[in-house]
Amino acid sequence: MPKPILTIKNLTKTYGQNVIFQNLDLTVNEGDTIVIIGPSGTGKSTLLRCVNLLTRPNEGQIWLDDLEITAKGTDEDQVRQHIGMVFQNFLLFNHLTALGNVKLGLTRVKHLSDEEATEKALHELSRVGLADRADHYPGQLSGGQQQRVGIARALAMDPRVMLFDEPTSALDPELIGEVLEVMRKLALDGMTMLVVTHEMGFAREVADRIVFMEKGYIVEEGSPDEMFNHPKFDRTREFLWKITELYGKKEKEAE
Amino acid sequence: MLTWLGYFERFGKNFLRGAGVTLELTAVGLAIGFVLGLMLALARSYGPKWLQRAAAAYIAVFRGTPLLVQLFIIYYGLPELGIAFSQNVAAYLALGLNSAAYQAEYLRGSINAIGAAQMEAGRSIGLSKWQAIGYVILPQALRLALPSWSNEPISLLKTTAIVFLIAVQDLMAEGKRAATTTFDFVGIYLAVAVVYLVMVFALDALLKFLERKTKIPGMDIETRR
Ligand SMILES: Nc1ncnc2c1ncn2[C@@H]1O[C@H](COP(=O)(O)OP(=O)(O)OP(=O)(O)O)[C@@H](O)[C@H]1O
Ligand SMILES: [Mg+2]
Repeated sequence: MPKPILTIKNLTKTYGQNVIFQNLDLTVNEGDTIVIIGPSGTGKSTLLRCVNLLTRPNEGQIWLDDLEITAKGTDEDQVRQHIGMVFQNFLLFNHLTALGNVKLGLTRVKHLSDEEATEKALHELSRVGLADRADHYPGQLSGGQQQRVGIARALAMDPRVMLFDEPTSALDPELIGEVLEVMRKLALDGMTMLVVTHEMGFAREVADRIVFMEKGYIVEEGSPDEMFNHPKFDRTREFLWKITELYGKKEKEAE
Repeated sequence: MLTWLGYFERFGKNFLRGAGVTLELTAVGLAIGFVLGLMLALARSYGPKWLQRAAAAYIAVFRGTPLLVQLFIIYYGLPELGIAFSQNVAAYLALGLNSAAYQAEYLRGSINAIGAAQMEAGRSIGLSKWQAIGYVILPQALRLALPSWSNEPISLLKTTAIVFLIAVQDLMAEGKRAATTTFDFVGIYLAVAVVYLVMVFALDALLKFLERKTKIPGMDIETRR
């Protein structure tokens, strides 16, 4: 019996008159990697931001394990500790070293002592292959390295689930591989992940399920095999074809 | 030329005493202005609507009226309401309250430039809003503000000269006294100008040092000075 970590029910989000999505349902089970794909402006980022409570949905509920995090009076800061977020533009803290970036949450949120935090942060940095860059500032790191620090920063909080919002789309093609490799390893280690990406190679290989979103609706979801080889809807086939064509080239270059 | 250089010997002590008062006025005004300016900037960026408006109004009023008028209101006006200050305290207050408005603008600009995204990154690891402001936004915003903010201490140092009008014994007041003794207005005020210039250079060097000291490798801060 799979255990749901993240349960999204009837989620509706509007910005003014603009309905981003309506009555959206999605469940992420423990250890699963769910890849969300879909055209630009479909609400993929907005969905992740709702999950992390960076924006409030208008209606519907989200549960993290058994806790309804959308309930009134939830301690948002408490919830966010348990949800890791990796941003498209990395968003590292530019005034802190790689180590400092990973340590900040450990000392200030988890209240670890300085030594404990350093030890844990170094461990997380080595997980993403950057222990030797611990004392570098973000401005001294490549985009791929910055994103890996971003992943380490989120991992350090021991999150229940990791959210990735197009983690490689701001990267030069030759740097995409190293970030995907870290994510692949994470998935293998059993991390629960919700990933928005255009990297179809990653989706095909790592995803337990692929969710195709368009215009605020989930058009279709299924295993990579179902989605790539026998999708139920023409729209899914078209989109996957287009995206593989478009990004497949970039991916080849990266290898 | 020799008589002129002689002024430094003859009035050197007075000039030094006055310069000390001028530096004190600058330091206290800058400190009051920084603390209050920071609060104003934070209020404008993160406060509730009413506080944002109140802070904006404060800044508009203090930037939109002459410092001299503010000084006279504090020194001559407030006593009528039963709030009286000594000359020096009135001067500290006027300089500080005025400088706060300018410093708030420098800080607000860089807080905005650091942006909402850094705030979200901070919140995403579980920091509270105020923790994110303290540990993520301000350390970057203050560094970013430093090059343009550095105009403020220097401008303030020169602006302090107006307080001799309420008889604070600053460098300007010492100059005036020396001028009325010698009747050589040009020579004395030139000497006073030189003392101001030396202080400005020293302060400028100090600020440049501070900028170098706080610079983060790879974090690009263009200098707008
Ligand atoms: N803060 C906001 N205020 C108003 N509208 C917004 C806001 N954030 C997003 N939107 C709108 O919501 C819609 C969905 O945006 P979102 O960023 O979630 O799409 P996306 O699927 O992530 O697209 P992309 O692939 O380009 O990242 C867009 O039309 C966008 O303009
Ligand atoms: Mg997006």
